[in-house]
Amino acid sequence: MKLKKMGVALLAAGLLVTSVPAMADLMFPVLSYRTGPFGANGAENADGYLDYFALLNERDGGIGGVKVQTPECETEYKPEKGVECYESTKGNGALLYQPLSTGITYQLIPKVTADKIPMLTPGYGRTSSANGKVFEYVFNYPANYWDGASVGVKYMLDQEKGDLKGKKITLVYHNSAYGKEPIRTLEELSKKHGFTLKTIPVDSPGQEQKSQWLEIRRDKPDYVLMWGWGVMNQVAISEASKMGFPMDKFIGIWWAGSENDVKPAGEGANGYKALTFHGVGKDFPIFKDIETHLVAKGKASNGGKNIGTALYNRGLYFAMLAAEAAATAQKIHNTKDLTGAQMRDGLEALKLDKARLEALGLANFAPEITASCENHGGSGLVAVQQWDAKAGSWKLVSDFMQSDREVIDALIKADSEAFAAENKITPRECK
Amino acid sequence: MFYRESGDFKTSYSADQQTFPIRLDRHVVYGILAFAFLVVPFLINDYWEKSVLLPFLVWAMAALGLNILTGFCGQVSLGTGGFMAVGAYACYKLMVAFPWLNMFIVVILAGLITAMVGVVFGLPSLRIKGFYLAVATLASQFFLVWLFNKVPWFYNYSASGMISAPERTLFGIPVTGAEAPPWMTYLFCLTLVTIFAFIAHNLVRGRIGRSWMAIRDMDIAAEIIGVPPLKAKLSAFAVSSFYIGMSGAMLFALYLGSAEPNDSFGIAKSFLVLFMIIIGGLGSILGSFLGAAFLTLMPVLLKNIMVGWFGWPADLAAHLELLLIGALIMFFLIVEPHGLAQLWRVTKERLRLWPFPH
Amino acid sequence: MSPELLNVLEVIINGLLAGVMYSLVALGFVLIYKASGIFNYAQGVMALFAALTLVGFQTGQIPFAHVINTIFGTHLETWGPGLPTFFAILLTMGVMVLFAYLVERIVLRHMVNQAPIILFMTTIGLAYFMEGFGDLMWGADIKTMDVGLPSGASTWFETMTAGWATEGSNYPGMYVDMLDVAAAGIAILLVVVLTLFSQYTKTGRALRAVADDHQAALTVGISLRTIWVIVWSIAGFVALVAGIMWGAKSGVQFSLSLIALKALPVLILGGFTSIPGAIVGGLIIGVGEKLFEYSIGGMLGGATENWFAYVLALFFLMFRPQGLFGERIIERV
Repeated sequence: MKLKKMGVALLAAGLLVTSVPAMADLMFPVLSYRTGPFGANGAENADGYLDYFALLNERDGGIGGVKVQTPECETEYKPEKGVECYESTKGNGALLYQPLSTGITYQLIPKVTADKIPMLTPGYGRTSSANGKVFEYVFNYPANYWDGASVGVKYMLDQEKGDLKGKKITLVYHNSAYGKEPIRTLEELSKKHGFTLKTIPVDSPGQEQKSQWLEIRRDKPDYVLMWGWGVMNQVAISEASKMGFPMDKFIGIWWAGSENDVKPAGEGANGYKALTFHGVGKDFPIFKDIETHLVAKGKASNGGKNIGTALYNRGLYFAMLAAEAAATAQKIHNTKDLTGAQMRDGLEALKLDKARLEALGLANFAPEITASCENHGGSGLVAVQQWDAKAGSWKLVSDFMQSDREVIDALIKADSEAFAAENKITPRECK
Repeated sequence: MFYRESGDFKTSYSADQQTFPIRLDRHVVYGILAFAFLVVPFLINDYWEKSVLLPFLVWAMAALGLNILTGFCGQVSLGTGGFMAVGAYACYKLMVAFPWLNMFIVVILAGLITAMVGVVFGLPSLRIKGFYLAVATLASQFFLVWLFNKVPWFYNYSASGMISAPERTLFGIPVTGAEAPPWMTYLFCLTLVTIFAFIAHNLVRGRIGRSWMAIRDMDIAAEIIGVPPLKAKLSAFAVSSFYIGMSGAMLFALYLGSAEPNDSFGIAKSFLVLFMIIIGGLGSILGSFLGAAFLTLMPVLLKNIMVGWFGWPADLAAHLELLLIGALIMFFLIVEPHGLAQLWRVTKERLRLWPFPH
Repeated sequence: MSPELLNVLEVIINGLLAGVMYSLVALGFVLIYKASGIFNYAQGVMALFAALTLVGFQTGQIPFAHVINTIFGTHLETWGPGLPTFFAILLTMGVMVLFAYLVERIVLRHMVNQAPIILFMTTIGLAYFMEGFGDLMWGADIKTMDVGLPSGASTWFETMTAGWATEGSNYPGMYVDMLDVAAAGIAILLVVVLTLFSQYTKTGRALRAVADDHQAALTVGISLRTIWVIVWSIAGFVALVAGIMWGAKSGVQFSLSLIALKALPVLILGGFTSIPGAIVGGLIIGVGEKLFEYSIGGMLGGATENWFAYVLALFFLMFRPQGLFGERIIERV
């Protein structure tokens, strides 16, 4: 009986949140995933995210002199675990969430709004959260899926000298909420530019795609766009290369553009392209700082083995956005310790121009961003990167291009207003 | 000594046939219920609600449902995730189409719709048995998930195919949506689970429950003594799907707030519920609760201990957590193959005799 | 022939080859189920674990490097250039035998005479355990599998079939992946070897005896435990082959363990107890799902393969509840 009681007490104690941080620090909880089918991708991204904050702590003593804390919580890319992670970390003065999962983002949108903690989902999440009037606490700059779809088409237009009439474009997509995102935009664009669009879904997880790629082989589309994730990418890229589909006409979204996706296909993946909204490679001054302050001291996350990969850079970029917004918020409110609402103001006032990027050691790493109260989606500038199998690295093959705002803004407006109506939100006024 | 069945005299049939005939059982159950209804709502916060109590209640409901089918009627099913999806999408469509409808009724209607779907997918059980049936039920799992992904009507033509629960109130207090206070969603789920656990408890000791058990123990023999297998099996599928549908509706509307068929109702969920009832104890109402508690609380506990107390890196902890859960499952099955409920029965036996060994 | 007809033929050929890949996974299930009546859910994870181990040996990774680094603050990664493929495969095989021994010794020994569902559950626990263990041992990143198998389109087949088409139809020829062809060859070899082994060796006879009747096998002096170790070792070997084949397609990563789901419809269609059943079941499922996707799937919006495989299997079960080649279920009251 006694043992049992002790067991119960232990159980209750174990379920309690135990980490009690010093309140003076800036808290950026990291909802990452390093296990499960997407663990390899999640780990690289999380390493970049953690390293940037570690670098700030080591080199600058934090943000504005305040140390940053980054408690990590494993979500396994599962909605339930994501919610648990959110609930267990939000009480510690959390300033910003970046869950790196569209599913978890959807779950958290109403919660962060109620708790007044901002959430930043660059390049994923709910696309229409770019409308800051409806989604007060949700941001998704610099670019979203619809920007991606639009720039993908624009890149094809450039390649075809401005004319896509009568061309065939096929979208291969992950059969889930995420994969279906670009369809509407592409449908609009196909009307506008006169290409025929075909969509081919691949069921999760997507280890067997023979049917889909045989179909593409028969159709001979001029371009293939891919919205894939996890094992689906590796299989698709290797099938495409085996079937002799010209790899430079095969363009993936940024979540299908990491080293993990192309390496299993070996030489065959050479020339494969993917969209991106930030720079690639290690050729930026900041990596020298990471080398001296983190790697040399043995403080780099995961021993520094992922430094410079596409997803590591993305994590670094995500963290940089968060840190810059926090610094902006400190300036606006003239305080060192921030609250979620103040952090939101910082995110809305974020201005990231060339000079600032250069000062950060990230010159030309990413396009400029000017956020505002109504614009939570940024400029939508997206570039194309290409895989060089021999060198084993990505390189940018285009400038950062502007997406077709005309089409996208209308879609964002429609979707966010539908959300507002369904949830009885009155869009706020923006001065 | 501590657990006494004797000295409890009944003077009427109704007293003899009440839900908990043993006085001590009755008092313990009422005590726990009183604590859960009257004390917990005052202690609860967001973390306890979303990480511990709601998952436990939702999965307990699902485990009850599957235990009726697998534990009492002997039909192994791996379609639980799909049926939960039916409940969730039915709940969503009902909430959007009839905003004035009481949430209790919405959840129960969602359960009824799932029951109808369950009967249809239960039809193969009349011919297929054992593991063949288990794998065959995966057809319903994959088909239903595909269906909810494919047909835009189910998610009201939203751009991404996600469904989100709009805010609904009960007695003027929001019960779904982000504004819902934790005690409200907790009480809502607790009420449903309590009511339907009592119903299940009474169902399985009644005529219909006995017919299920007869089918489970040997269906040909049962048929010979006059238990119609068609009626017994399909009713088990219906009742089980009803419970599972309600749990799916609660998972979507109260616990997560939004859902997507692949992530929230994938095959992993079907396995999860099956683990719960096997770990908890097949053919035991109490076992459903114990199994759900074990598998929802254990990961949280392990994570908090490893990351929160020992400060291990999150990825190591996550890998180790998988390893430990696997090891624990095997350990439990080796020590007590009949689940936690059997462990409780053995403990009762001990308590009854204590402190005398015989 | 008209290009349409050739297209259908191409779908069928690729379906057959895909089916062989499913069969490779299903074989492991059948072996264990036949010998011990255990529905081994961990078969998929075993394939993942075997593939991880093989790549680890090939590239010279240090097992548990991440754990050691975390605890001792070291920076270990590799111990050398790695082993040649052949030795790596042999060593991996050794690891799988050791694994089989440990499973029998620590787990199965205590589970004799339990209900099938409990045994099933145990293997799920085992699957969880191995998943975490594999991650800890070799890391969770995606690895490239290269054992020197041919891969890519067969140009010979392409030009040959291109000649079959009617003049002027501009038919590009049929596509087959050399990797799939290699997999088919290996699968055939595997089945032949397994059949010879079980028909003509002493151990093989003992295996069949155990499959027929545990009690009777015990009474004539066959050691159940040894047999179980042998069977699990063979299943480990089959898992290694499946892991190599699937790993070459998609890289070695967690998702490899999910191939078990592709094998389940094959299994019920062919019957849990029949090795030829696993092969024929795989072929039927492969062709069926590909043809359905090709002909009707597009109209339904695509991505039908996952569920159609199960529906197809279900359809066959309606007529033969024990699968095509399964042992007849005889029930007595």
